Amino acid sequence: VQELAGWIPFLVLLLVTFAIGEVVERRHYRSIRRREERWREIPLTTFREVPRAWEVQGCTLVVASTVVSVDYFKRFLAGLRAITGGRVRSYESLLDRARREALLRVKKAAIDAGCHAVINLRLETSNLSSPQGKQGVAGVEIVAFGTGLRLARRPV
Amino acid sequence: MVLSNTEMIPGKRIVQFYGVVFGSTVRSKHIGRDIMAGLKNLVGGELKGYTELLREAREEALERMRQQASSLGANAIVNVRFATSSVAQGAAELFAYGTAVTVE
Repeated sequence: VQELAGWIPFLVLLLVTFAIGEVVERRHYRSIRRREERWREIPLTTFREVPRAWEVQGCTLVVASTVVSVDYFKRFLAGLRAITGGRVRSYESLLDRARREALLRVKKAAIDAGCHAVINLRLETSNLSSPQGKQGVAGVEIVAFGTGLRLARRPV
Repeated sequence: MVLSNTEMIPGKRIVQFYGVVFGSTVRSKHIGRDIMAGLKNLVGGELKGYTELLREAREEALERMRQQASSLGANAIVNVRFATSSVAQGAAELFAYGTAVTVE
């Protein structure tokens, strides 16, 4: 019984982080979908050239980024996954959220700069080292940047 | 100073090239942020402290690049790129580079 009691804090931590992580993720996805809907008319492309129909009046570099990390429970799941190998869904959803968030922030930065579209969009991913030489990754940074364009007319 | 990560400034013609300009900064996170990030690491989600830290650092790298370009007499920088590298435990270099040009 005493040996089992030693496991309790660990189990509680797993459960609590699972619950909070799940709530955070669901709320984040809801916010992402809402903003994606709202800013849908801002075209975001990876083209390097301006489409012929657009009349450019000005341009500016737009940069946005986000740093994210997984919760304790997901890290534990990923640790288990490493035994059998294969797809780690919990990390996939984290990176998906982070990229979509970075893209939305690029759109926000473009709108704030008075732009109507963004071309030559690039995404970069980098790992942040964990503090005090602990194992694993502290966070993942996603940077999104592109050239925001001010146009004579809104693109259709 | 007009910045762009395309080869041209859309809608403008390049009349003179000055070569590569760059700016960089090495930043370390501080302990307060580490503790907060450590807690945040349990529940997951965005580490806002780190996002802000890297955003400021990148802004400074861009600013240094702009200064270098304007001291050359350029009025625009094209093909801007970013690079990030961790030079030591807990410190990262943010690097921005591009080609300084004059546009009409």
